Amino acid sequence: MDKSHEVIIAGFGGQGVLSMGQIIAYAAMIEGKEVSWMPSYGPEMRGGTANCIVIVSPGRISSPIISRFDSAITLNQPSLDKFEHAIKPGGFLLYEISTVITPPTRKDLDILAINAMDEALKLQKKQVANMILLGAFLERRPIIRPENVMSALKKVLPARHHHTLPLNEQALQIGRAFASQSEVAASFQP
Amino acid sequence: MIEHDQGATLMKGNEALAEAAIRAGLQGYFGYPITPQSEILEYLTAQPKGRAGVVLQAESELAAINMVFGASGAGARVMTSSSSPGISLMQEGLSYMASAQLPCLVVNVNRGGPGLGTIQPSQGDYFQATKGGGHGDYRLIVLAPSSVQEMADFVFEAFRLAEEYRNPAMILADGALGQMMEKVILPREGSLPYPPKPWATTGKPASRERNIITSLFIQPEKMEQVNLELQEKYRRLQKEVRFEAFQVEDAEILLVAFGLAARIAQKALELAREQGIRAGLLRPITLYPFPTAAIANLVPNVESLLVVEMNAGQMVEDVRLAVNGQRPVSFKGRMGGMIPTPEEVLESIVQIAERTHTEQVERS
Repeated sequence: MDKSHEVIIAGFGGQGVLSMGQIIAYAAMIEGKEVSWMPSYGPEMRGGTANCIVIVSPGRISSPIISRFDSAITLNQPSLDKFEHAIKPGGFLLYEISTVITPPTRKDLDILAINAMDEALKLQKKQVANMILLGAFLERRPIIRPENVMSALKKVLPARHHHTLPLNEQALQIGRAFASQSEVAASFQP
Repeated sequence: MIEHDQGATLMKGNEALAEAAIRAGLQGYFGYPITPQSEILEYLTAQPKGRAGVVLQAESELAAINMVFGASGAGARVMTSSSSPGISLMQEGLSYMASAQLPCLVVNVNRGGPGLGTIQPSQGDYFQATKGGGHGDYRLIVLAPSSVQEMADFVFEAFRLAEEYRNPAMILADGALGQMMEKVILPREGSLPYPPKPWATTGKPASRERNIITSLFIQPEKMEQVNLELQEKYRRLQKEVRFEAFQVEDAEILLVAFGLAARIAQKALELAREQGIRAGLLRPITLYPFPTAAIANLVPNVESLLVVEMNAGQMVEDVRLAVNGQRPVSFKGRMGGMIPTPEEVLESIVQIAERTHTEQVERS
């Protein structure tokens, strides 16, 4: 990776949005890259869009707070509405579709929708929906190596939850498989 | 020089600062929770008993700073932390400590004000931090980190300076630096020696006169003498000035920004350079002492200056004093917990570049 990657991950509090960002940040750090993880912590957390901005870069990161992103991962409608238009042209939008009524409209983005909630419920653990999304994201935007994701997860996940590591790995694989089987939308014109 | 451990870890700014304080040999922490810095108290209280020294949640900020006052007088390496409204409550104690010439570390994770304000990041406490803050003629030593690494490193630097100069030192951060996670290489535990403190009130042996720690000098002749000593100390302190310069060598527009705003300004600088505008950046690391001479030295080489802050324009006054009317000084800021975007700063840079260019054409 010779270029920095800037991603925003947004959803409701409790959906694992901040953890997803931390996993990317840890894994990038393991790879010796520069990283910053900037969470929202203010009143917006009470209005439907808890989010974090993660920047992964081969060199020094200037501003950790930015308003234009290479990618966005959204887990609810307010986040999708808010961040669809903050993605740079040609960027990547991954969204969780189960609660979305109004889909995104931009034609200059690579857009992938996934029903991560349904897939997670098939695993009988709705908490791993975020890992399904993370798997799908990394398949399309391999900004960190897969083997480092699990090492990072061990850091982010409290030790009392370490028995769920295999389930999380399975969720990552489901996301990866979904993304690799999905074509880039024909309407996408970079 | 600060000695570091091997290997990086990923931490929040507040947590890295708290861990660094322990590694710097912290003997006492007294504080009261307030967003966005409560992780400092939380981190310290979660430690095994004794690792962080005495860690105490006081009944108020007023109580906390006076506990710091007492513990410092007894010679301990002590700190407190708070955010803007809480720091305001500590100003009386800080004035007393400055007068009594006691070292301590105060961390202000600045949030938006005035008043109870907002919990979002701000630099609105620059004046309060650098001009005294409480009553009387005194200064704090003020360090402004702009990364999680500096949140950790400056704890060592602040304790060292505070103890060397017997003066309270402040780390002026902001909510974003406190909450964000970055890679950090932690300073090595135990690598900050404890200097002798012969002035401390630790019990009077027969061999010396008693030590008195007070800020009450009722005779004006004596009070003036104390003030002269303080002013002499602040003059000596000037040699500790620190700053960082980026791409100033060929700069026509010089940006000046500290803390988080300096990183936003640096991003704007990169964007401006992509457009062929030669921007440079000077980042004050010590806000007191202020890098007045460093700015003054760059003035003849630049056409114009732009100060970027997360407030209504506070440091810009010190920059204008340094520039002394030789060049135009513009200001770009957001207030109340809002953060200027690199694109907004770029817009200001482009406007200044166009104005400068027009003036040059008119002159020629």
